[in-house]
Amino acid sequence: MSDNVLVRCQDLSVGYEHQAVVSGLNFEINPGDYLCVIGENGAGKTTLMKTLIGVIKPISGSLFLSPEIKKSGIGYLPQQNNLQKDFPATVMEVVLSGFQHKMGFRPFYSKKERQIAMENLHKLGICELAKRCFSELSGGQQQRVLLARAFCCTKEILLVDEPVSGLDPNATESMYQILEKTNKDGVAVVMITHDVTSAIRYASHVLLVDKESFFGTKEEFLQSGLEAAGKHFVGGHDHD
Amino acid sequence: MIEAIQRIVDYIVNYPFVRYTIVVAVLIALCAALLGVTLVLKRFSMIGDGLSHVAFGAMAVGAVVGLTNNLYIVLPVTVISAILLLKSQESKRIKGDALVAMLSVSALAIGYILMNKFKTTNNVANDACVSLFGSTAILTLSMTDVWISIGLSAFVILFMILFHNKLFAVTFDESFARASGTKTSIYDIAVAIIIAVVVVVAMKLVGSLLVSALVIFPALSAMRVFRSFKGVTIASAIISVICALFGLFSSMIWETPVGPTIIIFDIAAFLIFFIIGLILSRTKKA
Repeated sequence: MSDNVLVRCQDLSVGYEHQAVVSGLNFEINPGDYLCVIGENGAGKTTLMKTLIGVIKPISGSLFLSPEIKKSGIGYLPQQNNLQKDFPATVMEVVLSGFQHKMGFRPFYSKKERQIAMENLHKLGICELAKRCFSELSGGQQQRVLLARAFCCTKEILLVDEPVSGLDPNATESMYQILEKTNKDGVAVVMITHDVTSAIRYASHVLLVDKESFFGTKEEFLQSGLEAAGKHFVGGHDHD
Repeated sequence: MIEAIQRIVDYIVNYPFVRYTIVVAVLIALCAALLGVTLVLKRFSMIGDGLSHVAFGAMAVGAVVGLTNNLYIVLPVTVISAILLLKSQESKRIKGDALVAMLSVSALAIGYILMNKFKTTNNVANDACVSLFGSTAILTLSMTDVWISIGLSAFVILFMILFHNKLFAVTFDESFARASGTKTSIYDIAVAIIIAVVVVVAMKLVGSLLVSALVIFPALSAMRVFRSFKGVTIASAIISVICALFGLFSSMIWETPVGPTIIIFDIAAFLIFFIIGLILSRTKKA
């Protein structure tokens, strides 16, 4: 256990209204980690994620967040279909909203924040979209915009939920590359995914959410033989 | 037409209460529209509608108890109902929309029975009509009404401007806002209070049955054409104020009830923006 751990869960149970969906989760996330959370539909991946971002409270066990994360929050990239279609919003409005929690009672964005927002768009190669309407963009473009927003929020940790569902192969590939680059820049990445193959390709650590959960480095995961067990839901349907 | 305009100018110049009514109508239209954008996008439209009926019931209670100004009972009751309704949306025990429907019809029924059983005037049917559809003429505002309306509207408008960006953040993506550490439930409660205040204030102008029209139509119109949150907010404010003014003046000329006349203009504006929106999306695709 290192001292600057970002997130540490010990014997964590998550669920709704005292009904645990999954129990006995033990894992930690350190700076620079790339953790893939895999598991079947209904195993509790989404419930775990909601607990991490604070939408629901843990049922039992401990969830430790480092002071930095408590301060900056978690940069969260939601699943595409969780956002309203036809929401009137420009790309710039969406990206700037990443600064919201840092503003306290200040009502409007500063010049510097606009500048950083623009830089983030530039980094993701979409600065020409700044004035466009968010809901009119393609799935891949929307994901990049949401990433730019997450970068405005924090540079510590990024939580991505099924980042490639609904994307075409090209957009999928470039999404994975962006995430890899983000991770190399020192941002801890937590990715919830169905796609075990890519999980293994990019991850440093793997968390298998199941009745018998597994947490370890990618190498440990490959040796455990769980990969084969995990693979039976590769290409499973994206129902959730 | 020129004659009609002449008449309106006459009214404005000669009668102070007409001027007050115009000021109040513009302010109410403005806060209704500003709130409407958030309300529609948060999918709270039905809550606004239900609350206006609760306010009707509370008003009847106020009349029965014999309060000189029933705002003292209508405002707190509506605010509390608003918060309760929002909280109920979170728990999945009773379906939120069913609860809203239940509450609003109950308030209507109880309110009307109270009005009938404890008559304060001889013309209950007329009283009920005024509460439901707004006053037939614009004479009914007392000076206290005017000042309260101005105060509450100013509060709502200020809130909506100062919290514009925050409301966007929690409305566009609540999960992200929570993940980044924003306490989103506080904003829900704030919005609930604002809804209640707007309902109570706007009831004077258009009556409790029509309040939600005043709130949601301008926002829906603006959303047909504008594509940014800021654009939609500004456009709906302008649409709402223009419709309120046109409605008010038309009701003076043709002696129609004020509230419904304003709503007719809101509907017309919606149709116009709907068509503009269709044309714009066609040309964009072509």
